[in-house]
Amino acid sequence: MLTIKQGRISIACVCMVLGFMLAVQFRTTQDSKSSVSQQRVEDLSERLLQTEKERNDLQNEINELKKTSGHEMEVKAIKDLRMFSGAMAVEGPGVIVSLDDSKSISKAGENPNLYLIHDDDLLRVINELKAAGAEAVSINGQRLVATSEIRCAGPTLSVNNVRSAPPYEICAIGDVQSLMNALNMRGGVAETLKVWGIQLNIRQDANVQVPAYKGSFQLKLAKAVSQEGENK
Amino acid sequence: MILPVIGLLIGILAGFFCPLFIPVAYAKLFSVALLASLDSVFGGLRAAAEEKFDNIIFISGFFTNALLAAVLVYVGDRLGIDLYYVALLAFGLRIFQNLAIIRCYFLKK
Repeated sequence: MLTIKQGRISIACVCMVLGFMLAVQFRTTQDSKSSVSQQRVEDLSERLLQTEKERNDLQNEINELKKTSGHEMEVKAIKDLRMFSGAMAVEGPGVIVSLDDSKSISKAGENPNLYLIHDDDLLRVINELKAAGAEAVSINGQRLVATSEIRCAGPTLSVNNVRSAPPYEICAIGDVQSLMNALNMRGGVAETLKVWGIQLNIRQDANVQVPAYKGSFQLKLAKAVSQEGENK
Repeated sequence: MILPVIGLLIGILAGFFCPLFIPVAYAKLFSVALLASLDSVFGGLRAAAEEKFDNIIFISGFFTNALLAAVLVYVGDRLGIDLYYVALLAFGLRIFQNLAIIRCYFLKK
């Protein structure tokens, strides 16, 4: 049996210190093991950061893609609106209606105005065309837009504040068949105008050219209603 | 032989009930210091068995070994040299050597 003859006390003291250190170390190791391991936590947080970064990158990509696709849609919407509003010249199948004053001489006692083309005659023709689905209409090269007026200005006709004298040429793009039918229907506008000898000639065209509105689109007084108001 | 065992038990109990906690950053240093202390204790036991025991050498060796080991590992960490494993290896070898010698003496008597 091993016996210690010298330095028992010192060995005992040192053993005490050693025991203390052992216990502390043991506890520390135990704690770090029980708390899901420091390494694991670091690993997980690292991965979390990486994933979050990835997510942000993807989010940015989505936003960018949305922006570009939105841009394209906007461009298309703007183009459609420009075509619709008359800011752009358009072409397509349609009819060309030529109108001229009556050649027959008014009889005595009759109102000679009846033999002339008036704004309401043109309005009726245009109304009929629009009702038949005309997508773009012009009178003597003046595109009809939302603010276009058609009114008599002495012997001439004013459209878009541009005066023109007869003969009038109305170009309308739309379904040819329905436009023709709308104008030529029994008791319709063509028949009525012919009664007064007004020369009305309807021509089909596979490629009717309707020019763009030449005026400006500036609004001086009208303001856009806020979005909430629009929804109500 | 009983006195060192009693001391060890007291130390272990004190360590368990002491609220001291080693921060994770210093766990490495502490473990190396612990290993150095273990080595010193076994060295002391061997010396005692060989009857060459010197109190001052033993006590000073115990503390300086532990401190030096910790300091070396710390410096190695700062310099980017992993002295931790070197200390581990050196002390580990010595512990086994000491244990072997102690076993020899244990069996002889």
